[in-house]
Amino acid sequence: MTRTAAAAGAVPGPPADRPAAPAVPTGRVHSWDLSTGVDGPGTRFVLFLSGCPLRCLYCANPDTWHMRDGHLATVDAVMADIERHAGFLRAAGGGVTLTGGEPLLQPAFTGEILHRCRALGLHTALDTSGYLGARAGDALLADTGLVLLDIKHFDAARYRRLTGAPLSPTLAFATRLDRLGVPVRIRYVLVPGRTDDEEAIDGLAGFVAGLSNVEQVDVLPFHKLGAHKYDELGTPFPLRHTPVPDAALTERVRGQFRARGLRAC
Amino acid sequence: MTVVTHDRKDQENRADQEGGKAQEVRAWRGFGGEEWRERIDVAAFVRANRTPYEGDASFLAGPTDRTRAVWRKVAALFPEERGRGIYDVDTATPSTITSHAPGWIDRDRELIVGLQTDAPLKRAIMPNGGLRMVENGLRAYGYEPDPFVTTVFGRYRKTHNDGVFDAYTPEMRRARRAGIITGLPDAYGRGRIIGDYRRVALYGTSRLVEAKRAERALLDARPSTEDVIRDREELAEQIRALGELERMAASYGCDVSRPAVTAREAVQWLYLGYLAAVKEQNGAAMSLGRTSTFLDVYVQRDLGAGVLDESGAQELIDDFVIKLRIVRFLRTPEYDALFSGDPTWVTESIGGMGEDGRTLVTRTSFRFLQTLYNLGPAPEPNLTVLWSPRLPEGFKRFCAQVSIDTSSIQYESDELLRPRTGDDTAIACCVSAMAVGRQMQFFGARVNLAKALLYAINGGRDEMSGEQVAPAAPPLTGEFLDYDELSAAYDRMLDWLARTYVNALNVIHYMHDKYAYERLEMALHDYPVHRFLACGIAGLSVAADSLSAVKYGRVRVIRDTSGLAVDYVPEGDWPAYGNNDDRADALAAGLVESFMAKIARHPAYRGAEHTLSVLTITSNIVYGHHTGNTPDGRRSGAPFAPGANPMNGRDRHGMAASALSVARIPYDKARDGISLTSTITPEGLGHDPAERAGNLVGLLDAYTAAGGYHLNVNVLDRATLEDAMEHPEEYPDLTIRVSGYAVNFVRLTREQQLDVISRTFHGSR
Repeated sequence: MTRTAAAAGAVPGPPADRPAAPAVPTGRVHSWDLSTGVDGPGTRFVLFLSGCPLRCLYCANPDTWHMRDGHLATVDAVMADIERHAGFLRAAGGGVTLTGGEPLLQPAFTGEILHRCRALGLHTALDTSGYLGARAGDALLADTGLVLLDIKHFDAARYRRLTGAPLSPTLAFATRLDRLGVPVRIRYVLVPGRTDDEEAIDGLAGFVAGLSNVEQVDVLPFHKLGAHKYDELGTPFPLRHTPVPDAALTERVRGQFRARGLRAC
Repeated sequence: MTVVTHDRKDQENRADQEGGKAQEVRAWRGFGGEEWRERIDVAAFVRANRTPYEGDASFLAGPTDRTRAVWRKVAALFPEERGRGIYDVDTATPSTITSHAPGWIDRDRELIVGLQTDAPLKRAIMPNGGLRMVENGLRAYGYEPDPFVTTVFGRYRKTHNDGVFDAYTPEMRRARRAGIITGLPDAYGRGRIIGDYRRVALYGTSRLVEAKRAERALLDARPSTEDVIRDREELAEQIRALGELERMAASYGCDVSRPAVTAREAVQWLYLGYLAAVKEQNGAAMSLGRTSTFLDVYVQRDLGAGVLDESGAQELIDDFVIKLRIVRFLRTPEYDALFSGDPTWVTESIGGMGEDGRTLVTRTSFRFLQTLYNLGPAPEPNLTVLWSPRLPEGFKRFCAQVSIDTSSIQYESDELLRPRTGDDTAIACCVSAMAVGRQMQFFGARVNLAKALLYAINGGRDEMSGEQVAPAAPPLTGEFLDYDELSAAYDRMLDWLARTYVNALNVIHYMHDKYAYERLEMALHDYPVHRFLACGIAGLSVAADSLSAVKYGRVRVIRDTSGLAVDYVPEGDWPAYGNNDDRADALAAGLVESFMAKIARHPAYRGAEHTLSVLTITSNIVYGHHTGNTPDGRRSGAPFAPGANPMNGRDRHGMAASALSVARIPYDKARDGISLTSTITPEGLGHDPAERAGNLVGLLDAYTAAGGYHLNVNVLDRATLEDAMEHPEEYPDLTIRVSGYAVNFVRLTREQQLDVISRTFHGSR
């Protein structure tokens, strides 16, 4: 009873009205969901794209790591799903959020969906680690109403240990978003013993406070609701025995951001 | 028609005409509008006199010491009641409006007075519905039935239950026993009738009696046919019941023969009207109507005159709600299992928009919701907000906040109700809409559509017992189910079911009118009244998914040695109802449309208009118990989804997507209501209280705009519920909404608790 994957049809040419856009026939999609309050403002159509260059130790969606595990979908098929909900999303004060996986792993597909959502008058959000921020063209960002920027750590060495990748592209992307004036919410996943280092958080808070486009910082307490997915994939879950943060720790970290004049929740 | 009457002669011209007019002038000073003065028309009064309120909740007052003291005193009795099942019962006095001496919780402190018996939480017996129900109820809680009552109702006085079984056909009995038609009100009070209790306050009983006499006089010239004779007798009983209400009220020192003069009297008179109804009837749902904005007119007048302040106004509503929270009936444990706890469905409908474009929200709409803070969360009264995206923003946000804090509100679409039943619509039970005082319904419980599908496959034999329940037809014999063959067999089976069902309901309601007529509630209706025959279905999502599995996947049949299909193996990808997928959702909508058309073909008792509901309270568990394996892969005995909900775990795209599927069921084909229950964790609505309230408002606006009819909102986390299972004593008033109704979680069975927890927990990813 899973939704059947949109059939991979013939490869159409680029849309006539956007000759500059590259050919974006299809993308790899994991699933979609309607959710409220967690992926941007209001109730949103959340599209999970497949494939991610990072391997965060706490990842809750290991089933979105590989592009090959997603189903091939045309932009039209995705838009048909979104359009069915457009009235509902507008009335609910929500919109569309692209997440994953890493949506910027498929920048042309992502850009086209964002563009067409904008044309429908829907608010758009892009949930990204920023690692592939350089792949997001200015046109894509112009179609993005809000970036949910996940900064996983502020210490470059620990960032690499946590994600397997360097930190600097993310910080460069954050600076570019500020220059372009794209609204941003920072997301920070709080893992006891991994990302609760006071000094690094202070550093991050100072960096973020220096940006002029940040609406708020979401401190997201680590959870293990994705553990069963690791079991199903036969992959060990590295943080299986890591405790979730208690309320006091979460409040402490939020307080560190607030101390810099940021809205943190 | 009941024959138990107190031999009080009708009183002639009780209030003389001149005196009556003078009283009306005094009681109605400052009120505007004309229509309602000349004829009984509370809706016109409310339209002409309400003060719409567009502001926020900041004006509200907390509980006074007096309120706290009264609530503490009655709440102190709850632990013992919970422990023993009931607190106390009068086994010897069949309840009537005047059967019991007055009683109090705390006589010096109560502002609004009146109890069902002479002491709080002491239950009464109402054997008119059925003697066995009374006896079983008493024995279940360790009481012996009173021999005199047993003699009278066993030997001399026939009951509703006796009457029904005299007239049931063998086929009806078989269908009932097998559980394909189930929950029928043939041994208990049908309820779901809402008296317009506001009339007692606005007009006083003298004027109401006068109006009833005028209605009856219109029948004098008509030939004495069966219908006319019955109507005359009913009107005579209604007049008698109003006289009894007057006497009962007098025993509390209240003269309800005249209209209420103050806000306190308005609340008191209205409540005494309602109290008379619950003294006379143990109905499955004894709903209150739409009273808050009516009462607000009186409160506004007293506030304006300086004889009441906000704290005093809130006190009146708090005290009224305390009374509504302790309405009790004697029922059996089996009944409680079917209905999940011990519900009374004192449903109060709040808010909505007027036909004149102005809102019907007043400050007293807020005050009713405020009782959930002042007295703590509770399932009763069943506070129901009639939602429109056009409601004032301040009210919308307050509703959302109260929902998030207490999970004790349900919502119905004012946009669907107002064009059909007008702007004086109230909800009976959880989703049944009626124009107050003008329409009533014959409650019809429901049929099991999932079981009917299995009957279609098995040629009318029951999949659990093997018994031939429906007329024998050729069973489906292929290794795999064929969609066209199955559809045709199902269609024929539903024809039989609709016929048997409507005819059984006609028997029930004929006998209920005859032996357990709602005299007082009907005295607070217009004559003639518009009647609905409220039919219902259960198992919609199971049936729709089963059809989808056969149509879009493949379903292999496993039969036992007698050829009975007992299990199914669904294969392949098929869409499930609840994912806003047209293919599956159209099957569900189609089933509703088709069954509605089938029941409408069979004439209903007293010319009632057929309606259909898709709601099941938590009896979805009981129905599941009585239904074998189904072609969608659901196991024998597993619970159905409640109401119109998708099956647990099959809605894969979140709560909003499943809500959109439910919104696709056409309300015009299910006018008795379509129920959806959603459980959301607080985090699933947003990061902070303001964002959560704003997002819930957005969801309600969007669901209503999409054509959604009803939504229960539970905002909870799993850990809270699991802890409550282990430590019920720490959660005495943990309220959750279950399909159209709020229940005390700790009063559910363990199985029901587990079901509530496993069902659609839409948390964050």
